Amino acid sequence: MVPKDLRYSKEHEWVKVEGEDAVVGITDHAQEQLGDVVYVELPAVGQQLEQFKPFGVVESVKAASDLFAPISGEVVAVNTELAKSPEKVNEEPYSEGWMVRVRMKEPSELNNLLDAAGYEKLVAEEG
Amino acid sequence: MSEDSGLKRTPLYDLHLAAGAKMVEFGGWEMPVQYSGIIAEHRKVREAVGIFDLSHMGRVYVSGRNALRFLQALATNDVEKLALGQVQYSLICNREGGVRDDILVYRLGDSDYLLVVNASNRLKVLGWMEEVLGGLAGAGKAELSIRDRTLETVMVGVQGPSSVSLLQPYVELPLEGLRYYHGAPSRVVGAEGYVSRTGYTGEDGFEAILPAEAGRQLWQQLAQVASTGAAALAGLGCRDTLRLEAGMPLYGHELEESINPFEAGLGRYVHPEKPELVGREALLRIRTAGPKRQLVGLEVTDRAIARQGTPVVVAGTEVGRVTSGSFSPTLDRSIAMALVAPEVAAERPPLEVAVRGAAHPAQIVGLPFYRRGRK
Repeated sequence: MVPKDLRYSKEHEWVKVEGEDAVVGITDHAQEQLGDVVYVELPAVGQQLEQFKPFGVVESVKAASDLFAPISGEVVAVNTELAKSPEKVNEEPYSEGWMVRVRMKEPSELNNLLDAAGYEKLVAEEG
Repeated sequence: MSEDSGLKRTPLYDLHLAAGAKMVEFGGWEMPVQYSGIIAEHRKVREAVGIFDLSHMGRVYVSGRNALRFLQALATNDVEKLALGQVQYSLICNREGGVRDDILVYRLGDSDYLLVVNASNRLKVLGWMEEVLGGLAGAGKAELSIRDRTLETVMVGVQGPSSVSLLQPYVELPLEGLRYYHGAPSRVVGAEGYVSRTGYTGEDGFEAILPAEAGRQLWQQLAQVASTGAAALAGLGCRDTLRLEAGMPLYGHELEESINPFEAGLGRYVHPEKPELVGREALLRIRTAGPKRQLVGLEVTDRAIARQGTPVVVAGTEVGRVTSGSFSPTLDRSIAMALVAPEVAAERPPLEVAVRGAAHPAQIVGLPFYRRGRK
């Protein structure tokens, strides 16, 4: 099912905690719903994200969808590979399809996110 | 046929669900948008062959002594030049010269015709046909039969370079010799059907019309081949990206009641010299004066998609709007069609599309974006 070591937002983003940093992407369920991803609009390094506010756009063949920050903080890295290969979001949503790395402003915000079981339940209910 | 939530379903509906299709609403029907993925299906059509359920499109049979006169009034192309078995693209216009629908007209017999109309316009066109007929002086209704057979038939599209080899085993008519924009009656999986060499993808291909039950059998046979990987079931998602690459208009985007054929670059299908053509005065005026906007192709420099309604800007001034935009798997870039001022269409200055308020550079290119045989 979904990776157990990640945290999840209700908007289908995932967070991987690496020390002070949070790596962010969208879930397998999200990429499956979107269809073929053709373009990802991401913030610049240095930009401040606020938990649950829109921070970018993921565009599939049929439609564009907002990305919502699962955690607040400063963007310290952006996955520039996605400009050439947006399909990585579909193919490897939890690894090569990562989108931004954020230096967390307030790690306790992680408590506002779901764990793997909680996210799986959300997806089943949406279903 | 069940009508869950008011949407119609084709006779193949349950087969799409069984194949794992994602379904969407389109023109009042619940249709498959994709099975394996839009880009994968698109590429399969260009490289091998794709299979489409086209049963949602309206199939209206017009026959009788008055059929020719009626059709010459209804639609812009010259029906008289249709030989038996020939098909033509045509436009139904309102009295201001705007497009009510774009259609195919097939000559099935001496006074027997088939009109294939857009699903979203079927009821509108049927109503309009009554109005046009009523306006024909001295035309007896008894000498004309209009029969909508949409709900009792299936239409399957087989599109791609391997179309002939995929479809031939199920069709009696020799497909190789069937000319483009021609059709003929044929037994298909043993039933009486009609096959034409027509399509909406820019590839070689066929469209087969048959009774609903035979249509299901044909689909299941073709789906079996698709399961081997030699073909792909293809949905509305790639139908749109394919026709966009081929520079073909889609009603509701490049064509509308407020858009005339000349703006859409379709003047060659318009014959306003036909004395009873509905909209002829307006069409003559527009043709003489020249259209106020022109349809162009756009290639966006980055991969941002410029969708319908996106402003097209030259040196800070809006000069038009996108009518359709998507990702082109064949060209591996973002493409769009737009209606712009004629001088912009002629001069092709550098321009921008304003996607979500941000300017993305783009350039005008010739249509179509993709032509079969040219790699």
